[in-house]
Amino acid sequence: MATKITMPQLGESVVDGTVGEWLKQVGDTVEEFEPIVRVSTDKVDTEIPAPAEGILLEILVGEGETVDAGIVLGVIGQDGEKTTVSDNGTQHHVNGTHKVETTSAEKTVPAKVSKAVSKGDYTGHVSPVVARMVSEHNLDLNHIEGTGRDGRIRKKDVLAYLDTQDTQQSETDADLAPWEIPADGNLFRPSVNYEDEPEVEESSSKPKKVAQQSNVKPETQSAPVPQGVAGELVELSGMRQSIAKHMVESKLHTAPHVTTVMEVDLHNVTNHRKAHKEAFAKQGVKLTFTPYFVSAIAKALQAVPVLNARWTDEGLFYNHMQHIGMAVAIDDGLIVPVIKNASDYNLIGLARQVNDLAERARNRQLKPDEVAGGTFTLTNHGVSGSIVATPIINQPQSGILGVGMIEKRVKVINDAIAIRPCSYLSLTFDHRVADGATADAFLMHIKQTLDNWS
Amino acid sequence: MTVATKVETKTLIQALTEAMDEELARDKRVFITGEDVGQRGGVFRATVGLYEKYGAERIVDSPLAELSIVAIGLGAAIADTRPICEIQFGDFIFPAFNQILSEVSRFYYRSNGEWNVPMVIRAPYGGGIGGGLYHSQSIEALFSHIPGLKVVMPSTPEDAKGLLKSAVRDPNPVLFLEAKKGYRAIKGIVPEGDYLTPIGPANITREGDDLTLYAYGMMMHYARIAAERVYRQDGIDVELVDLRTLVPLDRETVLNSFKKTGKALIVYEDNKFLGYGAEIASILSDEAFEYMDAPIKRLAGPDVPGVPFSHPIQEEFMINPDKIADAIRDLASY
Repeated sequence: MATKITMPQLGESVVDGTVGEWLKQVGDTVEEFEPIVRVSTDKVDTEIPAPAEGILLEILVGEGETVDAGIVLGVIGQDGEKTTVSDNGTQHHVNGTHKVETTSAEKTVPAKVSKAVSKGDYTGHVSPVVARMVSEHNLDLNHIEGTGRDGRIRKKDVLAYLDTQDTQQSETDADLAPWEIPADGNLFRPSVNYEDEPEVEESSSKPKKVAQQSNVKPETQSAPVPQGVAGELVELSGMRQSIAKHMVESKLHTAPHVTTVMEVDLHNVTNHRKAHKEAFAKQGVKLTFTPYFVSAIAKALQAVPVLNARWTDEGLFYNHMQHIGMAVAIDDGLIVPVIKNASDYNLIGLARQVNDLAERARNRQLKPDEVAGGTFTLTNHGVSGSIVATPIINQPQSGILGVGMIEKRVKVINDAIAIRPCSYLSLTFDHRVADGATADAFLMHIKQTLDNWS
Repeated sequence: MTVATKVETKTLIQALTEAMDEELARDKRVFITGEDVGQRGGVFRATVGLYEKYGAERIVDSPLAELSIVAIGLGAAIADTRPICEIQFGDFIFPAFNQILSEVSRFYYRSNGEWNVPMVIRAPYGGGIGGGLYHSQSIEALFSHIPGLKVVMPSTPEDAKGLLKSAVRDPNPVLFLEAKKGYRAIKGIVPEGDYLTPIGPANITREGDDLTLYAYGMMMHYARIAAERVYRQDGIDVELVDLRTLVPLDRETVLNSFKKTGKALIVYEDNKFLGYGAEIASILSDEAFEYMDAPIKRLAGPDVPGVPFSHPIQEEFMINPDKIADAIRDLASY
């Protein structure tokens, strides 16, 4: 029997998606859960797993086309099987876009499916209470060690698993996969996240937002394709366009950017990391430098809350929570997963978050909600060798901190020459929101936290 | 409730005698009737000393006819006395079954609330005492099925006294089932003086989080032994719910404990099929399905026509702490 591949709804507020690359072609044999097509929204890219095994009989939506969730993208069946889906009356093209009436119940659930695929599926019996707890805490059974009969996951195992998580973390999936460094190149651009609005401004900002979205073009002036010049035109990916749009909007149309730089001595942080790396590893957590920076930022945002505020026409909107975005480079772009309520976590909790989010960012398994809502951003341009940068603010935030390459430098300490691991911290801030002295106080707070880490 | 001023260890049967003594002294309407309850003091000596103290008019020997014991009790109860009818063995109650089912339990309903039946029927139940087919039966399932009748089965001397006193004062008929094997085997501290243990609430006698064990009467006594043993030997932490009252059932306590542990073991000595534990299992799966972490298990007597007389076969029939401990380990490991 033919099985339909449908466009999943990739988030609460996301109603459509764009077909990226078909990873299988018509006639190819596919395994169940094998990634079959890449789809993207303006927030995330993900791979859709094959809903059944068989042969890809038909591709109904081509690459680059945007369709509503629930639309049939293709059909899997047996060799020679006749498909009846393509003449499905409810599915038709409107100006190259598929439209269909779908009720929310018909829309398929996204992301989670592809996530379950990444590891061996747990095939043991799931008791009602385990099923409920897994659903309530949004857990992946494949990450829980079963200690019941024949490895069955029982209630106690779920409780033990939840215990190892920070209580605050229960909302997210803690994927313990290691993360060494945030990857290479091109990191000091803000995220593609542009859409979240604080709840207070409904009447004034909503229409504005729509207007901005439709008017802003990636370039301020038209940039025609050169004629008669040797070269080739490479089509822009959705992510590339999205990044371009937001960069232009942030730097040229929204915030006057100022960057200030301080040097931090990571002697104490390095020692601390060395001393705790093994203990963290025993708990399945890879300890990198990033959680130290996130922790220092979270503290500084509480001490100097204006850097956690955002500009509105009515006044400064102070965010009460510190949601820190973390730029992660992925193929042909970057994505900024957000550590929510970062100040609630201790170092191991942050390390877990960092590991999990980075890992899933690379595997394109982030959920839309996980890249939204940031109030400040951290970008680690140092991994590509950069020592100082002028990062662009990730709107609608007011600041972004760039971490330069960590290297041993000669420092004069107590009139003696010492060799210390150092890094330059580059803070770009919105000059409408804060002045230099305030921004420097914020950056100094971060510097002192790291300098004196204990 | 009067706070006890002095405590000492007593057997189950001593606690029962004390309860009846106190109720006889408290209320002139209370009287006892049954086979050999008078001068003999009862075949198990539950009424020993009461005949001397309260006389033949209040401690009344009955003919060897259970039907009439219960029927006389019913008539006396609606005539505003407080009869305590003793059935010598639970096994002998069946001649009175029709009285209990058709009259005693229905009287209040049938008279549209005009006549209530404030009587207590005491009966020893259970095997393991070499009593064979006619002195060993568990009868609680048969009577718990009857609406209008309360069924109480204490597992400690303290509860036995407090519950029997509550039963005497209850305006409804109460079947009070006593573990005959535990009459002298179960000992405990019994508060002196007047106190009541309410009919209805179950009692969590041991808190634990690995599984919940539900039992009552003699099996609760064994369950306590087994629970301590598996805790000591295997670190398995069992929560014990002593039901105490089978009808009305304390659903809230039963459900809450299950919601906490997710696993249930129900232990009863009666035949397994359609036994009281089946109802507990049904309630749990009905009302707490989403908390279930393992199949609900029952450990109960085999479905054979009676408790065997042969000692080795009787031992095979009977539930004991070893069997309970094994069942606990099995369920805990699931």
